Amino acid sequence: MSDEPPTRAPGRPGPYVVVGVLLLIGIAVPLMVPVYARAEPSLIGLPFFYWYQMLWVFLDAGLLWICYAIVRREDRRRREAVQDPEARKAGHR
Amino acid sequence: MSGLLTAAPPARPVDGVALTVVIVIFVAVAVLGFLAARWRRGSAPEGLKSLDEWGLGGRGFGSWVTWFLLGGDLYTAYTFIAVPAAMWSTGAVSGFFAVPYTVVLYPIVFLLMARLWSVSHRHGFVTPADFVGGRYGSRTLSLVIAVTGIVATMPYIALQLVGIKAVLTVLGIGGGGNAFLQDLPLIIAFVVLAAYTYTAGLRAPALIAVVKDLLIYLAVVVAIIYLPLHFGGFGAIFGAASAKLSATNPATGLPTGSVIPAAQSFNAYWTLALGSAMALFMYPHSITGVLATRSRNTIRRNAVVLPLYSLMLGFLALLGYVAIKAGTKPIDVNGAVNPQLVVPQLFLDNFPSWFAGVALAAIAVGALVPAAIMSIAASNLFTRNIYRDFLKRDADPASQARVSKLVSLLVKFGALIFVIGMDQSSAINLQLLGGIWILQTFPAIVAGLYTRWFHHWALVAGWAVGILYGTIVAYTVVNPVTHAHFGGSIAPAPLLGTPVYIGITAFVLNLLVSAVLTLVLRALHVADGRDLTRASDYGADEHDPKVEALEARGDDDRPPVTLPSA
Repeated sequence: MSDEPPTRAPGRPGPYVVVGVLLLIGIAVPLMVPVYARAEPSLIGLPFFYWYQMLWVFLDAGLLWICYAIVRREDRRRREAVQDPEARKAGHR
Repeated sequence: MSGLLTAAPPARPVDGVALTVVIVIFVAVAVLGFLAARWRRGSAPEGLKSLDEWGLGGRGFGSWVTWFLLGGDLYTAYTFIAVPAAMWSTGAVSGFFAVPYTVVLYPIVFLLMARLWSVSHRHGFVTPADFVGGRYGSRTLSLVIAVTGIVATMPYIALQLVGIKAVLTVLGIGGGGNAFLQDLPLIIAFVVLAAYTYTAGLRAPALIAVVKDLLIYLAVVVAIIYLPLHFGGFGAIFGAASAKLSATNPATGLPTGSVIPAAQSFNAYWTLALGSAMALFMYPHSITGVLATRSRNTIRRNAVVLPLYSLMLGFLALLGYVAIKAGTKPIDVNGAVNPQLVVPQLFLDNFPSWFAGVALAAIAVGALVPAAIMSIAASNLFTRNIYRDFLKRDADPASQARVSKLVSLLVKFGALIFVIGMDQSSAINLQLLGGIWILQTFPAIVAGLYTRWFHHWALVAGWAVGILYGTIVAYTVVNPVTHAHFGGSIAPAPLLGTPVYIGITAFVLNLLVSAVLTLVLRALHVADGRDLTRASDYGADEHDPKVEALEARGDDDRPPVTLPSA
C-alpha cells in the first residue's frame, strides 16, 4: 500500500497501553452500580449514590487530562520523527 | 400558585415581567444569530458558498468556541426539561442515569473522535456517512448511515420544540381555544430560527451557544444554592422524594419509583448509561460539532473540560427532587399533570419574575441551539449522501451549500408540523426509538476508524437486524399506566432475562451478525468495496496536506475521491 507521505512515525505501545487502561477505568468504574447504590455515607444530606456519581465528573476529567498529556507528547514525538529525514526513512514501512 | 390547584382547566396567569425578559433575550439572540454570518469569516467569500463554510462554520472553531458549541449541542433543552421531569415522576433509574451517561461519554469521545476528525479533515468529509462511504467504498452502506441519521435526528428536533412549548405554557401563553393562535409563539420562534440558520449556518448556533450556556450556568448555580437552603436542606428534600417515590402506584401495585435503585435495576441503569453514551456521538449533530473544530486535538482537549456540563446536569436533575419538596404543581393547560413543566414551574414559583424569566429564556434559547445544529447536520447528510451520491453526482460545493440551506428549512418545517399536528408522546416515542436506531450505526462508523475487517454487506445486514429487533422489542414494551406501546427503553435481554437497555441488546445482536456474515462473505469471496483512506489519514493534523493536494502533487497513485457504485 502506498502510504506516502506518512503523517507520523510508528507509535510506541507504552503510552497507548497506559492511556487505554486509564480510559477503560474511566468507562467501567462509573458503571459499577452495586458499588454505589447505597445511601450512606451521605454528604450534606446527599445520599452516597448521588454525590459519588457527581464526584466522577471530576475524576473522569482528571483521568482524561492525564491521557491528553500522554497522547500529545507521543503524538509530537511521532510527528517530529517524520520531519527528520533519517527518522522518516526508519519510520517508513 | 393560586388557581393552579383547581380541577377545572385553569386559565394560567401571564407573568408580564418574566415574559418580557424572555422576549428581550429571544430578540437579542436572534440579532446575534444573523450577525453570526459575518463572524470569523476570514477570507471566505460572502454568502457561505460551501458546506465547509455554511455547514461546518469554516472548520476552524478553537477550544473555547467548541466547548460552548458542543455544550449547547449535547446538553439540549429537552434534557433540561426531561431529566428533572423523570426524577420528579419515577426517580433515579430513568433520570439520574444521565450523569454516569455523560461521564463515561468522554473517554469514548477521547478515544474515537480525534481519528474521525483526522480522516475527515484529509478527505473533506462533512458527515459520518461520508466517512463510511469512503472507508468501505459502498454507497449503500453510506446511504443506510445517512438515512438512520436523518430519521433519528428529526424527532430530536421536534423534542426541542417540546422544550420551548413547556416554557411558553408555564409563562401563560398557549392557553386559549384557537389552535393557530395557541401555537403562534412557537411558530414565530421557529421561523426566526430557520431564517438565521439559513443565513449564518453553523456560526449562528455557535455564537448563540455562548449566551445560552452562560444563562443556564447562572440559573442552575443560583437555584442549586438557594433552593435547598430555602427548603430545609438536601436531607429534607431527599426525605420528601423518598416518601413520594416509595408510595404504591395504584396501576401496578409497585412503588412509583426509587431514590436509590434496587438490585433488579442495576443492569438497566448501567446499560442505559453506556448505550446512551455510545449513541450520542453517532448522532450527526454531535459529529458536525466535532468536524467544525480546527485541529485534531481540539476535541480531546474538550473531552477534558466538557464534563463540567455533566455536573450541571446532575444538579439540574436534583431540581426534580427539590420540586417534590417544594410541592410544585406542573399542571398543563388542559388541567392534566405534565411532569415536563416541573422545572419551569419551580423557577416561576420560587424566584422573582425577572430571574425566572432569565432561567426560562435560558431553556428556550437552549432549545434553539441544538435545533439549529441538528437541522444543519440532517440537511448535510441529505445533500452529501443522497443528493450528491445518488441524484446529482457532479454537484459543486456552491450547489451543495444551496441544497443544504433549503433542506434545513424543510427539516425544521417538518419538525414543527410534527409537534403541532401530532401527539407530543409520539415525538417522545420516536426519539426513544431514534436512540436505539442511531446506536446501530456504531459498528460501521467506529470499527471503520480502526479496521477494514468487516465486510460492508455484513455491516448492512447487522444494521438491519439491530434496527428490526430494537423496534419490535421497543413496541412490545407496554406502559403499565396507559397501556400504550413504546412504554420505555428497557426490556429483558434474551437468554439472560435481566432487564437492560434495548439499544444495547440490539447493538450486540448487530455486532454478532456483522462479524459472522463477514466471515461467511470472505469465505465466499464476495467482492469488497474500495477503501479510499490510508493509514496515514487517521493521524493527520491541521497543517498536513489534504488528499486533494497530495493527488495534485503526484504523491499518490490512487484515484480521486469519488465513490464507486454500490
